[in-house]
Amino acid sequence: MNSFIRNQFPILHQNVNGKPLIYFDNAATSQKPLAVINAIKDYYEHYNSNIHRGAHHLAQIATEKYEDARKTIAQHINASEQEINFVRGTTEAVNLVAISYGRKFIKEGDEIIVSEMEHHSNIVPWQMLCEEKGATLRVIPITDSGEIIFEEYLKLLSEKTKIVSIAYISNALGTIHPVKEVISEAHKVGAVVFIDGAQALPHKKIDVKELDCDFLGFSGHKVFAGTGIGILYGKEILLEAMNPYMGGGEMIKTVSFAGTTYNDLPYKFEAGTPHIEGGISLGAAFTYINELGLDNISVYEDELLEYGTSRFFEVEGLRLVGTAKEKASVISFLVDDIHPYDLGVLLNEQGIAIRTGHHCCQPLMDRLKIEGTCRASFAFYNTKEEIDATVSALKRAVKILS
Amino acid sequence: MQKSIAEIEDEIVEEFELFDEQMDKYEYIIDIGKKLPALDSKYQTDDFLVKGCQSKVWLHAYEKEGQLFFEADSNTAITKGIVALLVRVLSGQHPKEILNTSLIFIDKINLRAHLSSQRSNGLSSMIVKMKAYANVYV
Ligand SMILES: Cc1ncc(COP(=O)(O)O)c(C=O)c1O
Repeated sequence: MNSFIRNQFPILHQNVNGKPLIYFDNAATSQKPLAVINAIKDYYEHYNSNIHRGAHHLAQIATEKYEDARKTIAQHINASEQEINFVRGTTEAVNLVAISYGRKFIKEGDEIIVSEMEHHSNIVPWQMLCEEKGATLRVIPITDSGEIIFEEYLKLLSEKTKIVSIAYISNALGTIHPVKEVISEAHKVGAVVFIDGAQALPHKKIDVKELDCDFLGFSGHKVFAGTGIGILYGKEILLEAMNPYMGGGEMIKTVSFAGTTYNDLPYKFEAGTPHIEGGISLGAAFTYINELGLDNISVYEDELLEYGTSRFFEVEGLRLVGTAKEKASVISFLVDDIHPYDLGVLLNEQGIAIRTGHHCCQPLMDRLKIEGTCRASFAFYNTKEEIDATVSALKRAVKILS
Repeated sequence: MQKSIAEIEDEIVEEFELFDEQMDKYEYIIDIGKKLPALDSKYQTDDFLVKGCQSKVWLHAYEKEGQLFFEADSNTAITKGIVALLVRVLSGQHPKEILNTSLIFIDKINLRAHLSSQRSNGLSSMIVKMKAYANVYV
């Protein structure tokens, strides 16, 4: 089973610094299966063309494939096609909502809530909006184990709360937040909820209707598709109410100097020639993971997490950063007072790719009073053998550094 | 007698030739770092911080009878080893020689290629900072 899957990922079959590559930086970006690589290749070799415009043959195929991808993505998260907006990634999704929704609906004195462990891209756009509008950013505190303190969240909610924005899964620690409860409590005070799904889509089946989130953003490159493409899902009624984000081609119905009318959803938020092969690659990626089955993926990744966690503890002086009860396949750790960067370099020297640093979560690092962590994040194409090899490599690195 | 930059570089290249494996080179670099005398904490401030390093490096220099002396520290073991090598080569030299050297040993011990680009930038920044100090006293 696993060698079959690994054969779908050509990049995994190479040596790095003389050792077989072990890629444990999946939370930063995922590798791409042949199904995705071939979809991109196919686009450029056979039907590269601008979409929604030309009446000619290639333009028709390109438009069809791009819109098919939108359909696949919509079905995958149980949304309608009008609610699926192609964007560059999670970062653009947050910014789009902060600008198009925020500028229109946020007023002085309003409050926006995020958690203490958000990625910078789910903090800074809201800070900018608050500054512009005289609104206030409130922060849900977390426990030492890396879970949000739900009672504190409830205390922050009030009729002033207009937006709650939180990650489904933390990139730095792997914590799975109770987003369903977060959403239903926010709705009780009339706030809308943005879910940062960057780390969730690769691991979990998400049904936006069941979650009842108002917005969901995610990045294609983290779900086995190409870079530079992502999705903003929004409830149709909200997207309709928002102003366009950028002006240009595609997003208009008619243009005249007397006044311009905007296109219907989803094109209203898609100004300019889009990332056509990116969108197509994202459709291909979801088709691929649905063939494998996200349930199978989750079960296997949980196994890797459990195995990895117990084996990592064999490294003397290792401690986990983030020990939430509900966790995705991410192990963030420190070893004694060794700087994460030293471990990263010495693992790289042995062919192993992990991430070291603050993981774009400086407020979280401040809260935990650390500079950063080492983070190993697993995908379904990783193996227990790779974990074994990493534990040996870690032991060797620690020995050198102690 | 103060050895010349070229002489010290040759020594270092010879020492590194003993190692076939990159990991052993790192171990050696880290050991060199461990032996670097700690930098007085009054110099571990932003004024002495080398910009462009992912890890923190502090560099302090002082002149004595025409020679420039360096002291350094870092919060990571590998960078500390690297800066210790630079200190070993450049500390005690005349500012003019520091300005003129191209530090050929770095390529010869195959250091740069195996350090990530960010780290390489850090290495370049350290050298730039040391040369900038030299420029003040030349
Ligand atoms: C939780 C989370 N949010 C947002 C982002 C930003 O994603 P992107 O850089 O693809 O826009 C990331 C990526 O690291 C992430 O992990």
